[in-house]
Amino acid sequence: MVEITEGCVLSRLPASTRLILQGRQPALQAACGALGVETVPEMLCTAEGAGGHALRVGPFELALQPTGDGLAPLEAALASVPHSLVEVSNRNVSYTLQGWQAADILAALCPLDFSLAAFPVGMATRSILDKAGALIWRTADQTFHIEVWRSFAPYVEGQLHEVAKSISYNILTVQH
Amino acid sequence: MSKTFRLSGYGRVDRSRPVTFLFDGKPVKGYAGDTVASALLADGRHLMGRSFKYHRPRGPVSAGSDEPNALIGVGEGARHTPNLRATQVEVHEGLVAISQNRLPSLRFDVGIVNTLASPFLPAGFYYKTFMWPHGFWDKVYEPLIRRASGLGKAPTAPDPDEYGLHYAHCDVLVAGAGPAGLAAALAAGKTGVRVILCDENPEFGGALLSDSHSLIDGVAAAQWVARTVAELEKLPNVQLLTRCSAFNYGPHNMVALNQRLTDHLASAPVGMPRERIWQVRAKEVVLAAGSLERPLVFEGNDRPGILLASAARTYLQRYGVLCGRKAVVMTADDAAYRVAIEMAEAGLKIVAVADLRANPDSAVVAEARARGIKVLPSTTIQRAHGHYRVGAVELAPVSADGAVGKGRTVSCDLVLMSGGFTPSLHLHCQARGALTYDDKLGVYLPGDSVEHVRSAGSCRGVYALDAVLRDGAEAGLNAAGGEGDLPVWTVTRQDQPGEGGFAGALPRRGPGHLALAFVDFQNDVTAKDVKLAVREGFQSIEHVKRYTTTGMATDQGKSSNVNALAIVSKTLQRAPQKVGLTTYRPPYTPVTFGAFASHARGDQFDPLRLAPADGWARAHGAVFEDVGLWRRARYFPRAGEDMLAAVTRECRMVRKTAGIFDASTLGKIEVVGPDAAEFMNRFYINGWTKLGVGKCRYGLVCRDNGFVYDDGVVGRVAKDRFHVTTTTGGAAGVLNMMEDYLQTEWADLDVWLTSITEEWGVIALQGPKAREILAPLVDGLDISAEAMPHMFLKEGTIGGIPMRLFRVSFTGELGYEINVPSGRMREVWDRVWAAGQPHGLTPYGTESMHVLRAEKGYLIVGQETDGTATPGDVGCGWAISKIKPDFIGKKALALPALNAPDRLQMVGVLTDDPHYVLEEGMQLVAAPQMQAPASADGHITSSYFSPALNRSIAIAMVKGGRSRMGATLYAPRLDAAAVRVTLVDPVFYDPEGARVNG
Repeated sequence: MVEITEGCVLSRLPASTRLILQGRQPALQAACGALGVETVPEMLCTAEGAGGHALRVGPFELALQPTGDGLAPLEAALASVPHSLVEVSNRNVSYTLQGWQAADILAALCPLDFSLAAFPVGMATRSILDKAGALIWRTADQTFHIEVWRSFAPYVEGQLHEVAKSISYNILTVQH
Repeated sequence: MSKTFRLSGYGRVDRSRPVTFLFDGKPVKGYAGDTVASALLADGRHLMGRSFKYHRPRGPVSAGSDEPNALIGVGEGARHTPNLRATQVEVHEGLVAISQNRLPSLRFDVGIVNTLASPFLPAGFYYKTFMWPHGFWDKVYEPLIRRASGLGKAPTAPDPDEYGLHYAHCDVLVAGAGPAGLAAALAAGKTGVRVILCDENPEFGGALLSDSHSLIDGVAAAQWVARTVAELEKLPNVQLLTRCSAFNYGPHNMVALNQRLTDHLASAPVGMPRERIWQVRAKEVVLAAGSLERPLVFEGNDRPGILLASAARTYLQRYGVLCGRKAVVMTADDAAYRVAIEMAEAGLKIVAVADLRANPDSAVVAEARARGIKVLPSTTIQRAHGHYRVGAVELAPVSADGAVGKGRTVSCDLVLMSGGFTPSLHLHCQARGALTYDDKLGVYLPGDSVEHVRSAGSCRGVYALDAVLRDGAEAGLNAAGGEGDLPVWTVTRQDQPGEGGFAGALPRRGPGHLALAFVDFQNDVTAKDVKLAVREGFQSIEHVKRYTTTGMATDQGKSSNVNALAIVSKTLQRAPQKVGLTTYRPPYTPVTFGAFASHARGDQFDPLRLAPADGWARAHGAVFEDVGLWRRARYFPRAGEDMLAAVTRECRMVRKTAGIFDASTLGKIEVVGPDAAEFMNRFYINGWTKLGVGKCRYGLVCRDNGFVYDDGVVGRVAKDRFHVTTTTGGAAGVLNMMEDYLQTEWADLDVWLTSITEEWGVIALQGPKAREILAPLVDGLDISAEAMPHMFLKEGTIGGIPMRLFRVSFTGELGYEINVPSGRMREVWDRVWAAGQPHGLTPYGTESMHVLRAEKGYLIVGQETDGTATPGDVGCGWAISKIKPDFIGKKALALPALNAPDRLQMVGVLTDDPHYVLEEGMQLVAAPQMQAPASADGHITSSYFSPALNRSIAIAMVKGGRSRMGATLYAPRLDAAAVRVTLVDPVFYDPEGARVNG
């Protein structure tokens, strides 16, 4: 946990299970069911069930973050449905960026609109953090969950620090 | 007479805060709020620079960002910034500014000889004069010209400042905060939508800050500005940016702003960025860029002391500075009369207002006459006299037919010129906006644009203040969606703008072949240069621009474009709208490189991707190389070894015992789904249906043109699951191409792709001892030759860590690629390393990897192939499935041209001299001495010293090469006789493949 600037804390999260589930609607539905999520979230939305989180990052794709039992219940639920379930726990490195300036800092590296109206809590999308790909998920008004590929982690951390250095001067606020 | 030109009771500078700065090493006094130009003018100094080509003495012609003359260098050492406009540089205590393009000093400059030589330096002179002798251009003429011309010097030390770049989003972006911009921002802001208002100046208000005449709602214009800005500041949905120029209008309403944060401060807070770029994505944009007064083109119009009338008004009303004592006003427009009246009131003597028009008769003209100002209709300036400062002008009568008679010379120290106003179309043009020519105003106005943009106020030819405010408010409200109250203001006093104005060169007596009447001050382009270009056959305005360089300086033709256009139009006797207008290019005003680089600097310029064993390699003294964004270990030198020695040792150890190599950067894609095999069949040239689970196959991908795109080993993990590898550089491209076909051509297939490049770290363990080293580590997995032959794959664990073990080889030796979760690869690496020590396990890098594969004749896509090689060309015709109904590239591969016998084919090459290593890229020709131009038979693609063969080897692409084994060719050299080579089979080592199957 590092306070990269006043009003923004960057924390690297411990390794945990990450899965990419791809398939048509029945597969997405079955996977959500296994996590205890009732309906498949809309595009770029997320849902939480007893078994973990499902992030709808593509029309045929969910990024899954199972808790507890992990893979087994998912595989059971998906057994008879065409699908692709691939573990990416090691590919992705996860962070949270938290604080009243978190959105401003992301706005230096990502061209998306991070106002609460345009990027509400619960929204998740693949985008970029300057020259690195990233998954960005708003988990609270001032908290973002970020995942990047492992080899890009030092670069992304460096960029977040670099941007944070001068963030507090005459900045436009992205949130209203 | 007082030495100072500063007037009390005028101006917005803060008289309670005097400031001292240095100009050319001498202290100059000014006040907070001054620019370098206004402070120097307050001292009576107009001379501020030397011109680009002729080294003419120059002073400011404007008071803003359109300034072409008064370009200065600011700051010292690494913080020096050249070519800043003195009319915009705000003074602060300790500011250091210098004049430019002069040697040795501003007042005495040897470069002035260029003016004497001006008859010999016409437009395009460097195309004409410096063609002989051949070869002198590079070494003599160009360096000389470059030294003699140009402006400031760029600093050479790294920039110590911080810069920022941010994205921002809004509903309405308003560029320019003059009357139209303020009205637009307020109208939009009051509806509650997100608004950003930016202006390049330190304070909002634009021309209103210099307007002491107009009254809005009964108050002075500047007071109205203060009131409106205060109102805007109260709106939380409105963001206000001063010192912030909208300099680039990109596609889809992405507008770039350059905000300058520290340059105006004597000492900036630590960590404050010097500048910041805002990339603003705006739903709607209101351009309120205003208009620029046009200079008049007459002989000597560049003498210091000759400036735009509106600029003199700004120096008076904003800075409290009178630009001279005795002025001639030369105008073709009513606006200059108001300036004359105000200047006269402030104590300046107006010798006369010379008006090009025959009957100037508006209210403001009458007012000037009533105040005793002499008005001379039908009068032009034949010539201005003076060197460092204008001293006199000849005022000459213009008859009805345009002929100019003999005039009289009057003395003056100031000439105020006004050719009317040119709407600023730069951003509108950048937004791919069309232009329409307005006959009445004689200027271009903004037409339709593909972007969500609208112009308001004088940048679209609306000049009267009441109309400008209304236009701005309407534009702002409409941009915000049209729902809401339209703010209304009453302008209770204003000048009605006339429809005067003049473009082109003023009429003169005589042809003026030697007259220097400047059109483009910054690039030193004169009226006769433009006329000459037309005479020499350049009729398109774009050609005239490039030939004469008019409008090509950093001011982007702000003051010159319309005058140049009118001269071309008149010379060609063709209407201006038939001549066209040149393109305005970004940036509107220059932007520092630092701002563009922003946080992409130093080791943060690009991501540096580190492989999982990078730390280990560093600890073991590896020399690295960049492969795309990856840093890879190239070789591991021991004490005293150079690359050749290290690589030779590494290669020998791999062939003798075993080597270990971090292959994690290889691209990896997991292809999963019931239709996975079908997808693979369509995508690769190979057949996949019969590949059993647990087996691997070398796969080749072609584009639809039949040319090799990528390759890699593919393992079948399950019936519906393939573990695909790609080249390191091809990883993203192959995944994109797969997705492309899946989404557009084969959406019916139930198969999905996931990048697993970074999920799996890969340890290549290669060499005769590989199995012996690995066997004890793999938790009981049987990896014997019988249980796991070459090109087999097994899943298991290694020390409890999940593993996909491939028996594959890119060295030609018995070998494995151990795939383990990337986050745990280092643990596994350390264990394999320890287990290999008794056997002499050696780390090797990419260089040895290249040599080892070349000894075996394995191709590298991108090295042997160049985007025009078919699988057959590189000896992989065997991989093409003969029974598949289709695959990407199948149709193309059937074309006769792709099967011609004389295509470049991959072969081995041996030199007669076994110690001579050919250079990659060398051409191969039929005879040792060929007459140029000779066509080559082929070229070398890979070349190394082979430790296994103890001689040099090379791979080449040669016409019909496979049928020419044993043939002799020659590799010409620049500095020695051609090298004789023999074509051989490209598999140099172990052609039977006994070792790889061991």
